[in-house]
Amino acid sequence: MKYIALIYANPANEPKFGTPEFAEYMKGYKACNETYAADGVLLGGEALRSTDVATTVRVRGGKTSTMDGPFIETKEQLGGYYLLDCPDLDSAIRYAAMIPTAKFGSVEIRPIADVSGLL
Amino acid sequence: MNETPPVSAAVRQEIAAIARNDWGRLVASLIGLLGDFQLAEDSLQDALESALRHWTRNSVPQNPPGWLLLTARRKAIDRIRRSRNFERKSGEYARLIDLDHETADSEIMPEIPDERLALIFTCCHPALEAKSRIALTLRTLGGLATGEIARSFLDTETAMAQRLVRAQRKIRDAAIPFAVPERSLWPERLDSVLSVLYLVFSEGYAASEGDDRLRHDLCTEAIRLARILDSLIPDEPEVEGLLALMILHDSRKAARLGNDAIPVSLAEQDRSLWDREAISNGLALVIRALSRGRPGPYQLQAAISAIHSEASSHDETGWQEIVLLYDQLHAMKPNPIVLLNRAVALSCLAGAETGLANLAGLEAELEDYQPYHAAKADMLSRAGKINEASIAYDKAIQLSQNRPDRLFLEKKKRKMQAG
Repeated sequence: MKYIALIYANPANEPKFGTPEFAEYMKGYKACNETYAADGVLLGGEALRSTDVATTVRVRGGKTSTMDGPFIETKEQLGGYYLLDCPDLDSAIRYAAMIPTAKFGSVEIRPIADVSGLL
Repeated sequence: MNETPPVSAAVRQEIAAIARNDWGRLVASLIGLLGDFQLAEDSLQDALESALRHWTRNSVPQNPPGWLLLTARRKAIDRIRRSRNFERKSGEYARLIDLDHETADSEIMPEIPDERLALIFTCCHPALEAKSRIALTLRTLGGLATGEIARSFLDTETAMAQRLVRAQRKIRDAAIPFAVPERSLWPERLDSVLSVLYLVFSEGYAASEGDDRLRHDLCTEAIRLARILDSLIPDEPEVEGLLALMILHDSRKAARLGNDAIPVSLAEQDRSLWDREAISNGLALVIRALSRGRPGPYQLQAAISAIHSEASSHDETGWQEIVLLYDQLHAMKPNPIVLLNRAVALSCLAGAETGLANLAGLEAELEDYQPYHAAKADMLSRAGKINEASIAYDKAIQLSQNRPDRLFLEKKKRKMQAG
């Protein structure tokens, strides 16, 4: 079963670049990448730039409108994701709990929908 | 023409009894085989219908649950064959056909493997909504009908049915495993199972009005399920602690309501009405649990309840021990409600003034908690501060969420004012 782990946090709570806490934080992500790869569950994953540089696009009545910023303003923003292939939810929870951001933010696990039959 | 003979009352009863007693074991076994809650339940339901017809026409088989399992497997074959996602279930289908061939020529009924522990953990998975865990446990493991569960939780049958469907869909779509979790996950997972059972019990315990038979049955059901859990994990002291706690509370059932149907406080209960056999069962469990040297919150609460059960009267109660147990409980799980109960015990040990002094620091956190004001009123009344006590009683009465609680407090207030 494929799951996406969506990583949310309030950027104000993240360790600041250049501090020892930041180095520790990155080490945590490195450990995730290595463990996921070694266990053969890693399908992909990226960190996202902050919502300051987000752009929202809508098409209404054939007209494209473009806006600065994210679709919804929230304190916790999506900061990155992992795409994992795990046998079941318990396994996905175990891997998600390793994500360093889970200690102050949250990780939402969503099963990937199989829509291949609908296309 | 097929003519269905009328179903005899004896067969109906037999089937109803099996549906209750063996439901959890049968469903668990079918889920293990089919990997699908809905299909397992539907197939078992088909088998029960079938039993109604066959057992009337012929006779009740020697091993009714074995017969039901065999029939339910065949019903599952039919259902998979007819379903649109046949391909997705082809693995299970092949396995069912194999199993069916193995048993086809023999009269030997299959052994039912006990997979109820996996079922309990799945139903109580923390990824499910809290209320759905309770509903799913009662339905799938306990074999209660959806309507019964709905009435127990003062919900409509439609809403409860939808809740169950949603929970089953999440189990399937998010791939919540049907398995006993590995030991490293037990602290969270077992806690969730125990709290589901305790919530079922508390729901029944709160329903003390005499006319609410069905809700009170939830106490019995919670104890039954905890016994099953205890038999499946025999060395887990918190399971024993929870079971003991529920048995000891339940042992006072006959004394909890007065002739006027108003609850009677522990202090004033007629202790000769307490169920002695239940108490000795409960005490034995508490001792067994504590002797394992791994104390936990349920064991400590059961130990407190045990001290009450052993006391010949309210005054003769081991309040000193109770206060110490509350201290331990608070150290384990800091919680203002534990401190409130500790203050009440302390007031019985050292007097109402001491109790009141210990309540003082809790006001801010427990301002909207009815038992806080009820305890405060009682202590003020015992300390002779009638006016302040009246105000506290009024606050408690105002916060009461059910009629028996309100009647209880109003009666106490009247008694106090009559002097």
